[in-house]
Amino acid sequence: MLQIEGLTMRYPTGDLALDNVDLTVERGQVIALIGPSGAGKSTLIRCVNRLVEPTAGSIRLGDIDIVRMGRTSLRRTRRRLGMIFQEYALVERLSVMENVLSGRLGYVGFWRSYLRRYPQSDIDEAFRLLERVGLDHMVDKRADALSGGQRQRVGIARALMQNPDILLVDEPTASLDPKTSRQIMRLITGLCRERGLGAIINIHDVPLAMQFVERIVGLRAGEIVYDGPPSGLDDAHLTEIYGEEDWSGTRAADREEEADAAKADAALKVAARVDLPEMKKVAAS
Amino acid sequence: MPVTQIDDRKVWQRRDRAQQLRIWLGWLVGVALFMVCWEYISRQTIWIFVWDAPQQAFDMARRMSNPPWGYFDRILWPMWDTINMATLGTLIGVVIATPLAFLAAWNTTPSRFVLRPLALGIIVTSRSINSLIWALLLVLILGPGLMAGIIAIALRSIGFVGKLLYEAIEEIDENQVEAIRATGAAPTQVLSYGVWPQILPAFAGISVYRWDINIREATILGLVGAGGIGVQLSASVNSLAWGQVSVIFIAILLTVVVSEWVSAKVRHAII
Amino acid sequence: MSIAAAAPQAAPRQWRKPPFIRDPRLRYAIYVGALIYLVIGIGSVNFNWDRMVAGLDRGIAFVAAFLAPDFTTRWTDISKGLLESLTMTLIATVFGVILSIPVALGAARNLAPWPIYAVCRSIIAVSRAFQEVVIAIVFVAMFGFGPFAGAMTLAFATIGFLGKLLAEDIEDIDRDQVEAIRATGSSWFQLLNYAIQPQVAPRFIGLCVYRLDINFRESAVIGIVGAGGIGATLNTALGRYEYDSAAAILLSIIVIVFIAEYSSGFIRRRFL
Repeated sequence: MLQIEGLTMRYPTGDLALDNVDLTVERGQVIALIGPSGAGKSTLIRCVNRLVEPTAGSIRLGDIDIVRMGRTSLRRTRRRLGMIFQEYALVERLSVMENVLSGRLGYVGFWRSYLRRYPQSDIDEAFRLLERVGLDHMVDKRADALSGGQRQRVGIARALMQNPDILLVDEPTASLDPKTSRQIMRLITGLCRERGLGAIINIHDVPLAMQFVERIVGLRAGEIVYDGPPSGLDDAHLTEIYGEEDWSGTRAADREEEADAAKADAALKVAARVDLPEMKKVAAS
Repeated sequence: MPVTQIDDRKVWQRRDRAQQLRIWLGWLVGVALFMVCWEYISRQTIWIFVWDAPQQAFDMARRMSNPPWGYFDRILWPMWDTINMATLGTLIGVVIATPLAFLAAWNTTPSRFVLRPLALGIIVTSRSINSLIWALLLVLILGPGLMAGIIAIALRSIGFVGKLLYEAIEEIDENQVEAIRATGAAPTQVLSYGVWPQILPAFAGISVYRWDINIREATILGLVGAGGIGVQLSASVNSLAWGQVSVIFIAILLTVVVSEWVSAKVRHAII
Repeated sequence: MSIAAAAPQAAPRQWRKPPFIRDPRLRYAIYVGALIYLVIGIGSVNFNWDRMVAGLDRGIAFVAAFLAPDFTTRWTDISKGLLESLTMTLIATVFGVILSIPVALGAARNLAPWPIYAVCRSIIAVSRAFQEVVIAIVFVAMFGFGPFAGAMTLAFATIGFLGKLLAEDIEDIDRDQVEAIRATGSSWFQLLNYAIQPQVAPRFIGLCVYRLDINFRESAVIGIVGAGGIGATLNTALGRYEYDSAAAILLSIIVIVFIAEYSSGFIRRRFL
């Protein structure tokens, strides 16, 4: 489906963000891309839809190469790549419906989009998606009136509105609380399954990633250092990705914390950060 | 309600009918008003001159394109006068505007019903009359010369600085003022410890900004006899000496660029 | 001081507010420089006291005229001048706004390639550097006397004013929103309409109303160099020493500016 080969990206400042990355995403496969800040996760997915111009390499979607594409065909290709952003990136002063419909911009002409006269089939699809993400009662609310979780749902609906083949998801949960983060991850992975979509999800919350996806790719300083199932990701790999850290010590501390928290308030624990070792047990079982 | 149900299909429009109608009506009225105004202006216009404008512009550009650089020496002194006029005028204006602003701000005014409306009245009057009109009046009274220009600049600056400054005073954090008052400070001490530090950056910024504007304004006051480079400009235009005009334009442009740079630097240093 | 008295055994510690400029040499250089400038500056203003005394009764006459303004004698001229000023203002603002938008788009660093950027920025710089009256002189020479030249002058000044502020707003917009719309495969115009317009439109409308207000004030001035409007009427009245009519004109300008300022403030508060 999506084949990335030898992708290299060097910023004008001289920083090497991606170093000869090879990655293949099969149809319907959801990948979590983990790694420390500055490892090149964001750059990687922004290269795929060329919001950032890569320095070298090829990115093939089906049998077309995105890197060597002219502007018109790039526009046509971008609509096959739905993107979901960390800070939601909704147009704040437009309504929920206008934001969702903006996912069709690659399909409709300028005047149609200017007058907001979209084909009825687009409107139907927008309503279906808003119902699916649970926001059909907020059609005419302005985006800046929504909560974080609601905004991300609109962002998801906008991306799916493009009828994409692949979703590019940039830190979807970084600005959300733990409970909403889970709901959003469940929504994204659920939608991918329903529609047979592939996805690359940048995420820095490793346990959350391990809970929801079947393939994890670890990136460090622009290079892939781990590629495999969540169950294969052990302390050694984490050290390699994130650098030296006493992962077992963290584990012990977390247990104590957990015990205290359980004593203090059982309800709080549901919303509390679910820690790494516990997630591993879940994944292994 | 932009969402409507038609044959169990939900239809969405950006605006409902009444809203859409109001917007169309607004545009209609606006365009009609514009047409009426255009009609009025075009009746007062001698169109032959307007169609002739490209020719005129070309002609002017040709005459301006070869400026007599020797003329530059003769405008150095007027340029110095212009800068002086702006600087001294701004100084006087700021000195008068500052107490006025304290009288006009509702949270520092000593009397809400007498002094405050009076101060606001002075500020509004000063703001509504352009410095060129002030200069026109002052030249009649004081005679032509720099003095009329300086006072004209000062009178216009009072309103500008006064308005921005009293708005800044009204926006200060009352908690800080209260804290100073709670120490048992006298009203003047409250002003100097609680209010003044809060508005100092705004005060400096506004003054420098006005100085920058005043440099521009001072370049034209000479047209009505109030001194500065405008006197030379007026004389050159009246004698159709476009070469000299272009030298003056270049001098103005240089001065304005430098003053804008200075003002940006100073404001940057303060904030 | 009382602290020092209470604890006499400790060495007296001095405290002074640190000066704004640290380096004392620089500090005193600035003080002395400012003083010298003031002396020379004030010295170069040679003022003729006799002329002022002679003009004093004119001043008194003018103040008296302000107390008894004469609207009736020159009413046809005054009303014509005001109407001309108002129409000029409206036409100039409309043209200025329409033209300032493309200029601002060109002058926004995040949208325009640099040759276009340089051209648009220089248009803005020229329009802002020259006072309206200076531009009016040139335009009157080009278009002939009358309100058309005035309207063009104000339109040109509006381009510089709005163009600069709008360009700065566009440069300050949230880049995530732009990126998100670009990622949907939008065209350039769709990007403008969906990502940029919603972010800058409310403030821009406010600025347009504000500029309408400024244009009226300026329209009262450019008449002095022959560009039509109430300024021309005022200049004539002063030229004939008709202070009572001049006072009437000034009062009408003040009233209209006052109304314009209040209604523009109201519009901005109510709708934005």
